[in-house]
Amino acid sequence: MSVLIDKNTRVICQGFTGKQGTFHCEQAIAYGTKMVGGVTPGKGGQVHLDLPVFNTVRDAVNETGADASVIYVPAAFCKDSIIEAAESGIGLVVCITEGVPTLDMLEAKIAVEQSGARLIGPNCPGIITPEECKIGIMPGSIHMAGRVGVVSRSGTLTYECVKQTSDLNFGQSTCIGIGGDPIPGTNFIDTLALFEADPATEAILMVGEIGGSAEEEAAEFIQSAVSKPVISYIAGVTAPKGKRMGHAGAIIAGGKGTAEEKFAALEKAGVHTVRSPAELGKGVQQATGW
Amino acid sequence: MNLHEYQSKDLFRSYGIPVPNGKVAFSASEAIDAANALSGDKVIVKAQVHAGGRGKAGGVKIVDTAEAAGEFAESLLGTNLVTFQTDANGQPINRILVEETCDIIKELYLGAVLDRSKRRIVIMASTEGGVEIEKVAHETPEKILKATINPLVGIMPYQCRELAFGLGLAGDQIKQFTKLLTGLGKLVVEKDLALVEVNPLVITGSGDLLCLDGKINIDSNALFRHPDLVEMRDKSQEDERENRAAEWDLSYVALDGEIGCMVNGAGLAMATMDIIKLNGGDPANFLDVGGGATKERVAEALKIILSDDKVKGILVNIFGGIVRCDLIAEGIIAAVAEVHISVPIVVRLEGTKAAEGTELLNNSGLNLLGAQDLGEAAAKIVTAVGEAQ
Repeated sequence: MSVLIDKNTRVICQGFTGKQGTFHCEQAIAYGTKMVGGVTPGKGGQVHLDLPVFNTVRDAVNETGADASVIYVPAAFCKDSIIEAAESGIGLVVCITEGVPTLDMLEAKIAVEQSGARLIGPNCPGIITPEECKIGIMPGSIHMAGRVGVVSRSGTLTYECVKQTSDLNFGQSTCIGIGGDPIPGTNFIDTLALFEADPATEAILMVGEIGGSAEEEAAEFIQSAVSKPVISYIAGVTAPKGKRMGHAGAIIAGGKGTAEEKFAALEKAGVHTVRSPAELGKGVQQATGW
Repeated sequence: MNLHEYQSKDLFRSYGIPVPNGKVAFSASEAIDAANALSGDKVIVKAQVHAGGRGKAGGVKIVDTAEAAGEFAESLLGTNLVTFQTDANGQPINRILVEETCDIIKELYLGAVLDRSKRRIVIMASTEGGVEIEKVAHETPEKILKATINPLVGIMPYQCRELAFGLGLAGDQIKQFTKLLTGLGKLVVEKDLALVEVNPLVITGSGDLLCLDGKINIDSNALFRHPDLVEMRDKSQEDERENRAAEWDLSYVALDGEIGCMVNGAGLAMATMDIIKLNGGDPANFLDVGGGATKERVAEALKIILSDDKVKGILVNIFGGIVRCDLIAEGIIAAVAEVHISVPIVVRLEGTKAAEGTELLNNSGLNLLGAQDLGEAAAKIVTAVGEAQ
């Protein structure tokens, strides 16, 4: 079991024939992901990586029965690509691209909700169910099928969670990088609900960072609706106020969104917090008694 | 990206939002010409820097004559203004706004910002203008009125009326406020603003609304579709090292500590700073080298880190993932050899071929120490810097 994706998930790629799309689709295929085709407008009918290329997502869905799409198109075109996927019957849209304008996301998110699809990202590593399906740019080799659900706003910190839980032989049920933007398609609460309902997930490792109040809102949700152990780390205790730390969403604005506030809210909700990013795996061990 | 006050007001003007008549000046003589071209017995002369608190810092003055405007401009231009929002060096003054003055009956606040939880633009208005809005929000949150914009229809006239009545406006002011706020809502969407603030929005002696200040922050991710706004950028107001880093697609923020950091990924970069602190050290910077840690970019990143003379050691933390760590190691070795570094460097490599990469580093003959994991890396660099001092 897992959440959102498994070995049966049929995946297409938007921006398939581009450099990023090509490289990461090769990696995904090698990992065992059921890639069924791709979309590059104007290149419909061609074959790329032994898979069919389509002009539109609708054609790709009709021909391949795809239910997930991964987007590697440039930021300026992401809003269009996300909405195209959602309105063409794709159930899970994963946008990897960094640098999408906030107002584009605000509108895209509404269109995605209206279509009933789910969006992960943008500005994220993607989602992986180890040993079954990899949609995104994460290194497959560090993952191991197992019992921890991982969710994070940061890509490389997701890898850190994965490595540390693999080293302890806990493995991961599914790992979701929700991305570092102010308006993520899927947020902590969405993923916590999915992990809570997933029998394969026995504990949840949640990594947040400075900026916004998504962690505080997650803390409230955990207190009322999550029975599984939640282990959490927040990056940016040493981050200065008013400075954007790489991610568009990682900024302490007007004195709000500090790591300490987030740690406090999570601790109040009974979450097992970890202060050192080197002790993510150890935190899971302590919280679960494994 | 931030705009100057006069640039914000130019945008306001083009959206039908009322602002005082004024002109920007880059020299004392331009300030005199500007003052002569304006009407009224007095003009206000305002230093243009990207920071609040200019009035209290001595960067704003009302003067009676054009000559006095020129003198005040002369005294400001070429100096730095230190306010409570700047660092100790302050922000350079290279331009001045000269404006007509007005009588002020009341000072209000008006702003628009993204509410991340609601995923909507929210308009904030308050009768407590002229002071810091964060302070009002903290001490008397009930004095901040809010309206959430539905992206489908934009700001509606009824929302403007609700806020206007809430602010105690009356008569023609209701109409004026509706026009003003409708324009502001349009400006936010059309120009991809991340934040706009009018503080204060005043009621003048004649009972009219006027924006006496303007602050705009533009969503940097949207600049590709706003060449007109890119033109307005004043790099002198930004951190020189951050800009140099940005040219190499590196994300850099200077801090006060002694241990420089070079990391791939923003979250891991913050986490690396945090773990240095946990080990008793202090991070000198945030630096996200991004996905492609090539020799050229690593070398440039090292140069930027070392341009801060507080740096006594460097921690390189790369979770290589798909990129092979032996290639990253070769890049680091070549970069370190090129830049001639004397401070200790601890390198933690993780991902494909990490062991080979670490081996290469240890055998490089350079002042490089390999580390297996994040905890070990942080402990090693803090110890190495401690020993060196």
